[in-house]
Amino acid sequence: MKIRGLYSILAALAFAAPALAQEPIKIGVTQPLTGAFAASGNYVAQGAKMAEEAINASGGVLGRKIELVIEDNKSNPTEAVATAEKLISKDKVPVLMGAWSSTLTLAIMPKLMEYEVPMLVETSSSGKITTSGNPYIFRISPTSEMEAKAFAGMVKRFGIKKADFLATNNDFGLGASQEFSQMLKGQGVQVGTIETMDPKATDFSAQLAKIKASGGDTLFVTTAVEQITLILKQAKEQQLKARIITTGGSNSPDQLIQQAGEAANGSYHLVFFTPWFPEAVKNADIAKKFVADWKARNYNVGGLTEGFRGWDGIHTIVEGIRVAGKAEPKAITQALWKVKVKGINGDIHFIKQGPAGKESAQNVPSVYVVRIDNGKVVKN
Amino acid sequence: MDQFLQHCLNAVMLGGTYALLGIGLTLIFGIMKVVNFTHGELYAFGAYMMYMLVMRTGMDFFAALVLAIVLGVILGALLELVLLRKLRGADIDTTMLVMIGAWIALQNTEQLAWTGVAVSINNPFPAAPLVIGPVSVAWNRVFVFFTAIVLIFATYALINHTKLGRAMRATFQDSDTAALMGVRIGNVNTATFAIGSGLAAAAGALLGPVFVAYPSMGDLAAEKAFAIVILGGLGSIPGATIGGFILAFVEELGAGYISSGYRDAMGFLLIIVILLFRPTGLFARKERIG
Repeated sequence: MKIRGLYSILAALAFAAPALAQEPIKIGVTQPLTGAFAASGNYVAQGAKMAEEAINASGGVLGRKIELVIEDNKSNPTEAVATAEKLISKDKVPVLMGAWSSTLTLAIMPKLMEYEVPMLVETSSSGKITTSGNPYIFRISPTSEMEAKAFAGMVKRFGIKKADFLATNNDFGLGASQEFSQMLKGQGVQVGTIETMDPKATDFSAQLAKIKASGGDTLFVTTAVEQITLILKQAKEQQLKARIITTGGSNSPDQLIQQAGEAANGSYHLVFFTPWFPEAVKNADIAKKFVADWKARNYNVGGLTEGFRGWDGIHTIVEGIRVAGKAEPKAITQALWKVKVKGINGDIHFIKQGPAGKESAQNVPSVYVVRIDNGKVVKN
Repeated sequence: MDQFLQHCLNAVMLGGTYALLGIGLTLIFGIMKVVNFTHGELYAFGAYMMYMLVMRTGMDFFAALVLAIVLGVILGALLELVLLRKLRGADIDTTMLVMIGAWIALQNTEQLAWTGVAVSINNPFPAAPLVIGPVSVAWNRVFVFFTAIVLIFATYALINHTKLGRAMRATFQDSDTAALMGVRIGNVNTATFAIGSGLAAAAGALLGPVFVAYPSMGDLAAEKAFAIVILGGLGSIPGATIGGFILAFVEELGAGYISSGYRDAMGFLLIIVILLFRPTGLFARKERIG
């Protein structure tokens, strides 16, 4: 009896062996793990790894496990291209996720055309990414235009009469200030001065003095959280009275409260995930579980508004692989058009954008506005 | 008019720290002929030391500032002893490559030690700004400005009125002759690199609490420092001081009245113009050759 039992175990192992021996499906991830955007890139990578674990724990996809190959693009466009090239030609990944900043994503895009490999874009918001005719782009983050549209309904409620802009001098910042200023002009709001700053700059005294002189009631700021922190502090030093609204969703209100302190009070932020009230989002059960998991790992809570992108991105890619039925770039490119994924941001599926015949895929994500009040994030 | 006054006030505050960054670098280049790519990392090191001392161990702000500068001096001395001493007399290319390597290694170490997330450092100054008529400035920045001025004058006095300073000046003029006259060039080099590094760390320790500290913060600081040194003339302390203020004014007023998008380009445009007319910079003495 005992021996027969052993035999049956051995037999089971023998049958299971081919499945176990199957290689995992590789997914390439390129994120800024060092350099100017290091903090955000690492959060996205953490969210992506949580997705990898969750997916593998529930059996993987197509009977195989998935394996993320994460490369550091060093916040640098040249390096970003090198990581994409390495992931595609050396690691032979059939699909990529990246590359956080619009400038980095735009740098990689020609390589996708060259190798015909799809890339899921999880963060970048420059309009150019989905309108330049690259059929390998699948973007789940909102474009600046979508953000501006979502905000249009709130202009009256805020009572904005005259707006000024301060944006980081790259595809992300310039795109956003253009879209928002157009939207506001359409609503009869006067647009004052549009100021820009180097993405690495830390002193904005000159820009803020000019904005103060312009005298708008609202200042729209588009950049990443590091610069937003400094802008909030320096605006207070220069006694800027205007209400500050940040766009782009890389504004981590928790980090602002922690680092800008009192200066963060009274500021408004456009975000794509509200971890402070996960029950308010569309797929509340998924969001709640993600927030609990993130906290259980002792990850920085300030990173939740970035980390969810990694989770949603990897889940969307894996759903694409499942629909495709095989891990090949061409099949995944076609399959991604058909996916419907319940994500933390909401339901993810793609619509066409860009020139006919070579459209890029764009998701229509949820956009929320929150306010920082007395060191707490509150619903607006 | 109010805007113009605010720009000028901002420029004066900024100029003090630019000057501090510049003189550290110009000392090292002028005396050692080393293109110091680690200058920006010493700046970041100063800021992170403030973070460790003030935020982690709860040390008094002013005591932490002094200690951060001392630690910067020690790190500078170590870098000179370990990396540069053996390279004395080596090709400028070799030294440059070693310094670039040290820069990358230091920056990655900072990232490893403190992650990429920016950290803020509390300061004991009142949060409400100092208001003078139509313009205002943070108390913290006022403190930074006056400390920077004190450090600049202290360095100037050290170079011009001490025995070490005389040895440094002699080495700057002609290191071989200075060596023949009994100046210990090795020690002068170590002292120079340590003082220059200490000044960079001081700038970082002063500005860390004004801004935030993050691993790549030194890159932009180093860029500005190089610009200031070239503007003022290699090896000239008054040149670097005045160069720092000129750069601050050009940036502030350029951003205010021409275009903020070109704020960081303004300084470099100015350098091109000045170098066209004065190829050695504004204040550099001609080097003795032969």
